[in-house]
Amino acid sequence: MNKNYIITGLVIFALAVLSPFWFNIITTTQAAPEPELLGKAKAEKKCVLDKYDMRANHMSLLDDWRDSVVRDADRMYKSSNGHSFNMSLSTGENSCLGCHEDKAKFCDACHTYASVTPYCWDCHTNPKEIE
Amino acid sequence: MNQKYLIPLTAVFLLFIVAYTGVEGAGLQWFFGIVFPYAAIIAFLAGFIYKVLGWASSAVPFRIPTTCGQQKSLPWIKQNCIDNPDTSTGVFIRMILEIFLFRSLFRNTKAAFNKNASNRLSYSWEIFLWVGALAFHYSFLVVLLRHFRFFTSPVPSCIKFLEYFDGIVQLGLPGIFISGVVLLAATLFLLARRIFDAKVTYISQAADYFPLFLIIGIAATGLAMRYFTKVDIIGIKTLTMGLATLSPTIPEGVGGLFYGHIFLVSILFAYFPASKLMHMGGIFLSPTRNMANNTRAKRHVNPWNYDVKTHTYEEYEDHFREKMIEAGLPVDKKE
Repeated sequence: MNKNYIITGLVIFALAVLSPFWFNIITTTQAAPEPELLGKAKAEKKCVLDKYDMRANHMSLLDDWRDSVVRDADRMYKSSNGHSFNMSLSTGENSCLGCHEDKAKFCDACHTYASVTPYCWDCHTNPKEIE
Repeated sequence: MNQKYLIPLTAVFLLFIVAYTGVEGAGLQWFFGIVFPYAAIIAFLAGFIYKVLGWASSAVPFRIPTTCGQQKSLPWIKQNCIDNPDTSTGVFIRMILEIFLFRSLFRNTKAAFNKNASNRLSYSWEIFLWVGALAFHYSFLVVLLRHFRFFTSPVPSCIKFLEYFDGIVQLGLPGIFISGVVLLAATLFLLARRIFDAKVTYISQAADYFPLFLIIGIAATGLAMRYFTKVDIIGIKTLTMGLATLSPTIPEGVGGLFYGHIFLVSILFAYFPASKLMHMGGIFLSPTRNMANNTRAKRHVNPWNYDVKTHTYEEYEDHFREKMIEAGLPVDKKE
C-alpha cells in the first residue's frame, strides 16, 4: 500500500520537473518577437547605444536619464558614438518614442514576451494615444 | 582555512570558469547551452527516481516514529495528536508541518559552556538555523518558480502574480526581486554558520560545502546578470524556449556569464540525486516521521517472519508425562 503512495508521489514529481516541456505542448507557444526598425528609426540608423548594449542596458540608461532630468535639469545626452540626444522618453520628435513611433512593437512586444512590466507608463503616456 | 571548504570552493570557481572560457574562448555554446542542460535534467530525474525506488524497496520492519509528546493512553490523559500521532490524519498533519515549516529544526538546541564564572555546560534553544533554512528554502522556491517566465510563452498569470509580489518594493531599475536577495543572504548565513561555529565546522564535510557554494554561485551569477552586467533577455529566452520546446537554438549576443549560470544550475541538477540534497525526496520517506505511533493499540507483525516451530507446555507435558509422574513432578493432566 505504501508503495502506491510513493509511486503516485514520484509521478507527480516527474510531471512537475517536466512541466516546461508538456506545458509548451498543451498550450500554443508564442514565438519570440522579431525586432524591426520602422519609420523614422529605420531612416535614422543611429541610436544612443549599440544594438546589443541597448537591448541589455536600456533600462539603466532610462533610469540615469530620469535622475539627470528630474534632479539636475540636464537634458543633453552625449552618447559614446559621438551623437547628442535629447533625454526624453515620450516628449517631442527627438525622444525615444519620437523616433520609434510604434510603442506596441518597440516596447511592448519584448516586455510581454519576457514578462517584464516596467512602470514607465504609470507617469508617461504614449504620444500616439493623445488626441 | 581547511581543505573541506577550499576544495568545493575551488571546484565551483573552476566549473564557472570552464563554462565561461568554453563559451567566450572556444565557442562551445551548443555544449553548455544545450547538451549539458538536457543531460543534467535526465540525470536528475533518473537519479531521483532510482534513489526513491531504492528507499521504497528497503525494509522498514519496525514502528519507529519519533515521539515528541504524550502518546495515546488512558482516556483522561491528554494526547498530543500531532507530535505523537496514532492515526494517519495526525501523521498527515505532522508531515505537512514538517515539510512546510521544518518543525524538527525549530526545536534545534545548542550545547555551550556558560560564559559566566560557573562555566557549566548548558543547552539552549537555537532558532537561527531554522530561520536561515526557512528563508533559504522559500526564497529558492520563489526564484525557481519565477524562472518559469523563461520556459513559458505567454507567461501564465500566476507567475506574473508572483513576480508582482516579489518585486513589490520597486527599488532600482530593473526592480529588485526580494527572493533573489534573500536567497543569497540566507546561503551566505548558512555558510558562515559552517565556517565560524567551531562545533558545526567539525562535522562539516566537503559534501556540505559544495552545494552551498554551488547555490551561492548560482545566486551570485543570477543577480549579477539582472542587476549589474545586464544581458539580452530576449536572446536568453529564445534559448530556454528552444530547450523547452525541444528545438534548441543558440542566440547571438549572449555572453559567458549566462552560460556560467546555466552550467552551474545544470551541475546542481546532475549532482542532486547523488548528494545530501536528496532530503527533498527523503523527507517524505523518513520512518521516524511518517508512521503512526500505535504499537500499543495494534499488533505489527514483521511481514517476513517465517513460521517459527513452537513447542508449547502442553506438548512438552505430553512428551514427558510419564517421566514427570515418576519423578513426582506436578502435571496438569494425569493421563
